[in-house]
Amino acid sequence: MIKKLKPIWFLLALSPAVYLVYLIITNGLGPDPAKTVVEFLGIWALRFLWIALSLTPLKLITGNGQFISIRRMMGLYAFFYVCLHLTAYLLFMLGLQWSNLWEDILERPYITVGFAAWLVLLPLAITSTNKMIRRLGKKWKQLHKGVYLAACLAALHFIWLAKSNLLEPIVYLTILILLFALRFIKKTSKAKTVVADN
Amino acid sequence: MLIKKPSDIKSYEITPESAYFNRRQFMKRLGQAAMLTAGSGWLTACAEENGSAQAQSIAKAKPVSLVSTEGVKQYPAPKWLKEKFPGRKIWSDSTHEELTPYEDVTRYNNFYEFGTKKGDPAKHAGSLITDPWSVTIDGEVEKPGTYTLEDILKPHDFEERIYRLRCVEAWSMVVPWVGFQLGDLLKHFNPTSKAKYVAFTTLNDPEQMPGLKLPFSSIEWPYVEGLRIDEAMNPLTLIGVGLYGKTMPPQNGAPLRLVVPWKYGFKSIKSIIKISLVEKEPPTTWNKSAPNEYGFYSNVNPNVSHPRWSQKRERRLPSSLFNPNYVETQLFNGYAEQVAHLYKGMDLAKYY
Repeated sequence: MIKKLKPIWFLLALSPAVYLVYLIITNGLGPDPAKTVVEFLGIWALRFLWIALSLTPLKLITGNGQFISIRRMMGLYAFFYVCLHLTAYLLFMLGLQWSNLWEDILERPYITVGFAAWLVLLPLAITSTNKMIRRLGKKWKQLHKGVYLAACLAALHFIWLAKSNLLEPIVYLTILILLFALRFIKKTSKAKTVVADN
Repeated sequence: MLIKKPSDIKSYEITPESAYFNRRQFMKRLGQAAMLTAGSGWLTACAEENGSAQAQSIAKAKPVSLVSTEGVKQYPAPKWLKEKFPGRKIWSDSTHEELTPYEDVTRYNNFYEFGTKKGDPAKHAGSLITDPWSVTIDGEVEKPGTYTLEDILKPHDFEERIYRLRCVEAWSMVVPWVGFQLGDLLKHFNPTSKAKYVAFTTLNDPEQMPGLKLPFSSIEWPYVEGLRIDEAMNPLTLIGVGLYGKTMPPQNGAPLRLVVPWKYGFKSIKSIIKISLVEKEPPTTWNKSAPNEYGFYSNVNPNVSHPRWSQKRERRLPSSLFNPNYVETQLFNGYAEQVAHLYKGMDLAKYY
């Protein structure tokens, strides 16, 4: 069912971007549109990264392998929104002033960490084709464990960004920890069953 | 806003975005209509206020009057307060930069007691009960006590001043405030020679302020801000009671707030319930929350880096996405002439 509905998932994942275009066209971004656009894209990047990370635990819990069929799509969507988030920041907040980019990366820790998260995700996106998966073999799996690092950096980026109220970043961090824990518990229990079977 | 200066006309002519253009055209027409209907009335009022010899400066510094307030919750000010507004003086030194529209000034706010998102205060501040209101004056004054809003405001004539407002988050606005000098208010209570600083406190009532109920806040309530006594006595420092010729909307800090135009916006504390004259530098809310980011002075300064936002330039609101309204940030927000002497010999990178 999940596999069959792939085009639906594709369109659903695209809908935040479509909505943003609608807001831009209709002048619905408020008096400080640069900030609104950057924040909108940032939060959706985070959400898709979390969605991508939830598919393996969902498979482990439900035993339904179909969740994995949309994992690459969701991961690439996360990268798509991260790239738009970064582009919007460069274009609308910095106005393409590159000297200010270095100042931001060096002096503002949340930007350093956010930029690092993008750098970690970049090779994962590049190696997401079938050809690359085949070519890299076991190394591919190793490399794509980088997504855990990227998620931690993204969570840190979000926490560091919060000015005073940590409620929202804490909710996201809790979900991430839960997703990691589910993987760990399921994997260890599976390993135990295998040992018991022997 | 109503009489366009050449620079203003230039800025909208080069703005390609049609919607932005249309709104400005609309505002301009609105302004022209207002000139036809009410123009003569203003001129008479101004002439009475300032003397007809200053006709030219009057033409520049006329009261801001016609604004669309549709959909913005109005502060239910008592009648006596509303009646003080029409007679307000117009400050001749006001900036003539294009005003930030009323709907942006009143719908894009930081007032964390009502939520941390910019739109939250406009959404939730309607629950603030601003009448009756009282203010406690205490500490190093000869006449301490708790006074009603009327006691506090009655002795003062109101003035309209157009100031730049610069937020530490690197956006800025141009706001026509109505208020009077804080120094005049303080003098009323006879500060003693021991009064070296002034501390201000905002109302702290979770029943009226839903933002106070949010968990995981790094802010200690109530919100406290402070000034050194000479900063407080500076003629630029205002107690704001309104904007755009109207009483202060709650999201902007009704019924009375501070306006310190050469400091980052968070120094201009809102909805004040207590003013204390003290001997020592008072601990202030943002300084306590993140001392490496927010100093006691928090003077607008493009040369002092901030760990969150570059302070070199700002987005003057309203800004547009593809034609952003960037402005180079000026030392003391452009008010150096009036305030630089206060900080003579101080290292502003240390006392940020």
